[in-house]
Amino acid sequence: MNLWHLLVESGFLTNGPVRSALEVGTVSALVSAEVGVYVVVRRQSFAGHALGDVATSGGAGAYYFGASALAGFVVGALVGAAATNALGVARSARRDVATGIVLGAASGLSALFFYLDATHSAASGAAQQVLFGSLFSLSPSLLPVVGGAGAICAAVLIAIHRPLLLTSLSPELADARGVPRRAVGLIFLLTVALSVALACVTIGSILATALLIGPPASALRLTRSPRGALVLAGLIAVAVTWLGVLLAYDSFYWGAVSPGLPVSFFVVVLIFLTYVVAGVGSRRSSAPRRVGRST
Amino acid sequence: MSGNPVVEVSDVTVTYGGRRVLDHVSFEIGAGEFTGLIGSNGAGKTTLLQVIVGLVRPDAGRVRVDGVVRTRGHSSFGYVPQKVALDPDVPLRARDFVTLGLDGHRFGVARRSREQRDAVERALIDVDADGFADRPVGRLSGGEQQRVLIAHALVARPSLLVLDEPLANLDPRSVQEIVALLSRVARQHHVAVLISAHDMNAMLPVMNRIVYVTDGHVASGPTDEVVRSEVLSRLYGHHVDVVHLHGRVLVVAEPDERSDHLGDHPPLTLS
Repeated sequence: MNLWHLLVESGFLTNGPVRSALEVGTVSALVSAEVGVYVVVRRQSFAGHALGDVATSGGAGAYYFGASALAGFVVGALVGAAATNALGVARSARRDVATGIVLGAASGLSALFFYLDATHSAASGAAQQVLFGSLFSLSPSLLPVVGGAGAICAAVLIAIHRPLLLTSLSPELADARGVPRRAVGLIFLLTVALSVALACVTIGSILATALLIGPPASALRLTRSPRGALVLAGLIAVAVTWLGVLLAYDSFYWGAVSPGLPVSFFVVVLIFLTYVVAGVGSRRSSAPRRVGRST
Repeated sequence: MSGNPVVEVSDVTVTYGGRRVLDHVSFEIGAGEFTGLIGSNGAGKTTLLQVIVGLVRPDAGRVRVDGVVRTRGHSSFGYVPQKVALDPDVPLRARDFVTLGLDGHRFGVARRSREQRDAVERALIDVDADGFADRPVGRLSGGEQQRVLIAHALVARPSLLVLDEPLANLDPRSVQEIVALLSRVARQHHVAVLISAHDMNAMLPVMNRIVYVTDGHVASGPTDEVVRSEVLSRLYGHHVDVVHLHGRVLVVAEPDERSDHLGDHPPLTLS
């Protein structure tokens, strides 16, 4: 038995659900990472997390009404982004409050739908699938939809890249240059919502923040160039997703934990470890060199 | 003033919540002139600058830049706002930030020509920032960031550079360096420089014109006409000495509560 077979249980690359998981996982990991770089730079991590919570209510509602979970996530997150923007646009200082208000309301709605799912509907395990993802039970027909949504996110980011950076650096500078700052902010928030909805399908609505923030934050610990951050974040996100899928698949064959462990668990653990390792790496490279030892 | 003015402020009035921040303010700035906008905190300096760069719409009056009534996003001026706090973690090198001064307001894929890249290099050299052009902009010192902000404002070759309190929070040496740099840039590129400050002493050697703001009114004139004991004493409302010392001019106020007009330093006493 060679090393490949030691690391990868047989059938990994020929298994249908695994292929769908890898394809959808790759697209959503890439989109989350690219959008996430701007989220981290703009310090909108809280808004990003809140959109995941709002998407939860959309996903839970979709299960109750028998609609596609992805459609529920997308509608939930987009409505959440629009509501956050409408409540908090007047002053950026109120942005966190607006986000918190929308998050609270949406979580109440999630509680209602999960209750209805559990008591009135045949759909079993809705909460588990919405909150923690269902990467191995995706329909292959989802890929074109996920790919299309991902392409929209990428196109929007390319279009608003420079005004978005300028706005993030200094609102006054952006205003003086005539950047339509509110429109750019709203378009960006809607893009975050779409990418969060994709991450919800992959690792679940609770863990979507990990995919949105984790790889970009790790990348930003290692590089200070905008292009470098975007490339590195994408690589990290795809790597942890593939490794997570592989470990989850392998875990079916680890007798002790039959019938295997969830993908989301592995992905999030890998994201966390990457962040810690990146922190050690950045501290080593950026620490001021000391002459002699301080006593 | 020779030729057409770069900035014409005519009869500008701004009211915030019933308080008249600027009251029928008029003045002009000529091409290549180095102008100090002097006044105490709350006198209306920032509001006046914001009217000029188009961030605040006046209730009455108008501002012309290069003879055109100005609108937002005008390219004939560069602006350095007050207290820009650049995030230490933002993934941008000083060079990237200066490049955004050329096209940061544009949408779509950046296609930068050879000329544009050269313009960025020239702006970095103009402000002596070429030595740290590839360092993260948020990790630079206050004086270095101020240079990069000036390069950002300068890179599109404006005819007017507007800076809001660029000397605040800098050590005395950085203050001198920035003033010398701005004066050099103004002469080399024939760009008018308008700086707000509450300390006029640092700018006296290079300043052509003073616009003095107090309680929403302005008095303006060539520096050598305004920086005279009797004129300043009338403007400040108490006695001010103008001292010529070893070829330098110093403005010295009586040590009272209004001495903040003249800067953070204690008034000099000559024996």
